[in-house]
Amino acid sequence: MAAAASLANPTTFSSSLSRSRHHQPFASLATSNVFNATKQRSFKPLISQSIVSSTSPVTRRTSVVAAATANSSSSASSTSFHGLCYVVGDNIDTDQIIPAEYLTLVPSKPEEYKKLGSYALIGLPASYETRFVEPEEFQSKYKIIIAGDNFGCGSSREHAPVALGAAGVTAVVAESYARIFFRNSVATGEVYPLESEARVCEECKTGDVVTIELEQSLLINHTSGKEYKLKPIGDAGPVIEAGGIFAYARKAGMIPA
Amino acid sequence: MTMTEKIFSRASEKSQVNPGDNVWINVDVLMTHDACGPGCIGVFKKEFGDDAKVWDREKIVIIADHYIFTSDERANRNLNFVRDFCIEQGIKYFYDITDRSDFKANPDYKGVCHVALAQEGHCRPGEVMIGTDSHTCTAGAFGQFATGVGNTDAAFGFETGKVLLKIIGEISVSGATYKAMEFVGSTIESLTMEERMTLCNMVVEAGGKNSVIPADATTFKYLEDRTSVPYEPVYSDDQARFVAEYRIDASKLEPVVAKPHSPDNRALARECKDVKTDRVYIGSCTGGKTEDFLAAAKVFLASGEKVKVPTFLVPATQKVWMDLYTLPVPGSGGKTCSQIFEAAGCDTPTSPSCGACLGGPRDVCVSTTNRNFPGRMGHTEGQIYLASPYTAAASALTGFVTDPREFLR
Repeated sequence: MAAAASLANPTTFSSSLSRSRHHQPFASLATSNVFNATKQRSFKPLISQSIVSSTSPVTRRTSVVAAATANSSSSASSTSFHGLCYVVGDNIDTDQIIPAEYLTLVPSKPEEYKKLGSYALIGLPASYETRFVEPEEFQSKYKIIIAGDNFGCGSSREHAPVALGAAGVTAVVAESYARIFFRNSVATGEVYPLESEARVCEECKTGDVVTIELEQSLLINHTSGKEYKLKPIGDAGPVIEAGGIFAYARKAGMIPA
Repeated sequence: MTMTEKIFSRASEKSQVNPGDNVWINVDVLMTHDACGPGCIGVFKKEFGDDAKVWDREKIVIIADHYIFTSDERANRNLNFVRDFCIEQGIKYFYDITDRSDFKANPDYKGVCHVALAQEGHCRPGEVMIGTDSHTCTAGAFGQFATGVGNTDAAFGFETGKVLLKIIGEISVSGATYKAMEFVGSTIESLTMEERMTLCNMVVEAGGKNSVIPADATTFKYLEDRTSVPYEPVYSDDQARFVAEYRIDASKLEPVVAKPHSPDNRALARECKDVKTDRVYIGSCTGGKTEDFLAAAKVFLASGEKVKVPTFLVPATQKVWMDLYTLPVPGSGGKTCSQIFEAAGCDTPTSPSCGACLGGPRDVCVSTTNRNFPGRMGHTEGQIYLASPYTAAASALTGFVTDPREFLR
């Protein structure tokens, strides 16, 4: 089956992708807790592990960077996000973000999309005293979520980033993301999944006033007066900015407008 | 190249792919179910128009399994919506259910998607399977690339037959996040297909992108009567580069549980023997296959006693359900699983579906499902201990988390 049969111009798309690529790959650089050496183990590990050293991926990325910077203009938008932040911990899974019982709401229906927002993060345990969305409301007063490791782990439900977006969240700043959630955030264009370099969830408090400067990859906490470096959004930026993969693919001529 | 790289290479029609590359790959099977189908179809129609047609009506498999035996109107609406789409598009493989009062009255109904895909011969070595479900990685047991995506990605696939993927490379030196896991070795080779599926199923809980097990005689035998579609397995080159290699001595492994509230919160089953459990649940794509029930039956048989707590049995598919009532359990003198379960006082095996894996009982539960995050099975304070069917059965017999070796020597 010829690729050309269903795609307007696949080569145009892939080359435009590399032109806009920053030094960060499309995928989120995420770390998982599973082999986290600092975690308490209840018994001796039964496995021996050796990290096989590989060399080429590093050099390959550098050559791509050289190509990208040669061609790229600053395609990171001058977007900044401002508002109150809501802080959560590690391993916030999709069942906490949007419990299964709400998956019967279909996001492409406007009324149901709105309703989905009202249930965002309703699955958080009682230890989270502040509710993310007040009862009777459809949107949260918290525009930015600050999280620990492995945010969005668990199910592939796209309702997770959609519920957050519907609730008015503009961006999440997490230490790391589960891959399906990261991908879904980008594909839907609902929220910017940004990565911090430090453990910001321990330094920020729910209700702090923050600003994210996307172009500078910076998180500013006005309440504490501290600033934090973020990893650049990279390839994912233009896709989210366009409004998700469909809008982006149309812009790139990959699918008919 | 590694197995996954070779599959990508063939599916993207490129002679060589390297970590860091972004490639468009052709999809061989695109799966969705009643939970995500409506969302996926909604996006498809919104983006491509009401008259849009799927790229290949024989490469899509749509399965009713998540919210089936319920009176929830929206859940029932989901299935009607999906059915209309299948009729309109002429989708060849739609495993539907119309009579909820008796699952056996529905010839097309299968049950849990990941198990049904395997049983119906849709999983084939060397191919690419994409599904709107995180446990799509289960199919990696057949030596294919299989991973879960969201509705938007799937809708894109519906139209173009392609998905954009990044070749997994060296992302970080810890964890499996964004990595492909390949399972090899003598123990793996000794596993049956269902056992391999259980292993691959849980890879997503480690954050893995996908997992693969090289196809071998066991795989080919399983596929013999299930598919006539030609396939070509691939195998990692000897010189293929991996990010990390973990060697596990299977003889040293002991039964383990995942304590609340995370699949990686592991502990030895025998160290949890003071944990009282309120119920036991044996089911799901992870622990509700025929062999999972055979494992549980062996423990009940060895014990001869009755369970001390309500024990729910939810076969993954119609075929599994039938096996419970027909297959003899080795060493039982011809008894079936169902007879052994009845003698042990378990609940009658239910209609096959995803069941309570993602919404059901409260309190403390020992479960053969795959996730135990807060609220996974209903109540946010519910305590779920994930375990194998052996451990689940043993726990049912004592009312406490129990190492199955107490019964099986």
